[in-house]
Amino acid sequence: MSEAPGLFTALGVLIRRDLLLALRRRAQILNPLVFFVIVVTLFPLGLGPEPNLLQKLAPGVLWVAALLSAMLSLEAMFHSDFEDGSLEQLLLAPQPVFITVIAKVLTHWLLSGLPLLLLAPLLALWLHLSPDAIVVLLASLALGTPVLSLIGAIGVALTVGLRRGGVLLSLLVLPLYIPVLIMGAGAVDAAASGLAAGAHLSILGALLLLSLSLAPWAAGAALRISVE
Amino acid sequence: MSNGGAMPPSLEAVDIECERGERILFSGLSLSLRPGNLMLIEGPNGSGKTSLLRILCGLAQPSSGVVRWRGTDITQTRDQFRAELIYLGHNHGVKGDLTPYENLSIARDLACARQDITLDEALDAVGLAGFEDVPARTLSAGQRRRVALARLLVTEVRLWVLDEPFTALDTRGVTLVERMLAGHLAQGGMAAVSTHHPVAVAEVDIVRLELS
Repeated sequence: MSEAPGLFTALGVLIRRDLLLALRRRAQILNPLVFFVIVVTLFPLGLGPEPNLLQKLAPGVLWVAALLSAMLSLEAMFHSDFEDGSLEQLLLAPQPVFITVIAKVLTHWLLSGLPLLLLAPLLALWLHLSPDAIVVLLASLALGTPVLSLIGAIGVALTVGLRRGGVLLSLLVLPLYIPVLIMGAGAVDAAASGLAAGAHLSILGALLLLSLSLAPWAAGAALRISVE
Repeated sequence: MSNGGAMPPSLEAVDIECERGERILFSGLSLSLRPGNLMLIEGPNGSGKTSLLRILCGLAQPSSGVVRWRGTDITQTRDQFRAELIYLGHNHGVKGDLTPYENLSIARDLACARQDITLDEALDAVGLAGFEDVPARTLSAGQRRRVALARLLVTEVRLWVLDEPFTALDTRGVTLVERMLAGHLAQGGMAAVSTHHPVAVAEVDIVRLELS
């Protein structure tokens, strides 16, 4: 009798699978990124090219756009797997369900969080953010966007079985996103006004650890309920 | 059951009940499967065949009763039980964006893989030679089902739970599944199969379960 694959092997297989699937559906990956860029670039056009005003609004604009773009791509996390029965297969695979969830969250972040991190400095320059604040912006996004993916996974797992889960998903997930938004935008704001951003970033780090330890189990349990 | 013996059944359901909405599909249902047994679940549409199979593999919970694998409640030994199980449902989880080869490779890498057969040989055996590298969504329903069936060949598990495995298959496909079942049972495997078709598997212990 052969052995079931180890946890890390399974994690690797699942991540490779999801990246491969994403590669076959490139439009789906690009959508949230294009959304992020469009929203941020529209603000200077709508508000006028006043550097002080843009500088003042930049942290909030960048973070709100990042949050909405993360939400835009959430539903894809489990939806197609639910439709074609792959989700049942993943739940019946020998590895614990949280491995499946971690793989899904990691791929979601690699495809939606990481590209934002790479785009953000450019867009921050467009909004006249100072170099110091840009560094903090990157740090806050690096800590905050994984939290968005993790919390989002719980919401999607709960709503994937519902026919019109989209609205419910926003209602479930948005309240939990607000602390991340406040701390993320707060950190950049502090750095932009020359203050220390350490406290904000520490709280973001704490949120990341908390969601990292709870979300995979919560989402796993939610998936079991959703397929039943 | 013919070879009752002293050996305890591997899969056992005791007094399970299933509710869908307000309706009770079945209650007080008990069954057991020993190595080499094939259980055929028959019954009209809506009689709860799929629900029963989903309960047996732990995807759904019975409203009362317990399912045991090697004597332990399956909700207690989830990971170990799932390593010895393959479930093929109506939606068989073949990804349309991936090729049959990729689909099969992922399924094998996540399960207990069989070492003595390559992916190409398995795809060949289910009649998909020449279709290894086209996106599965371009295949016909029967061919997609064959991709799912190939999973049974590349993994080494004790229990097959198959929900209407003959759907969309041509007569040669049906014979193929019967041959696969016979081979699996001869090696001491077990299978629970729901079907409307008569199943011709020689020399095995068939347990018939009629749901009404």
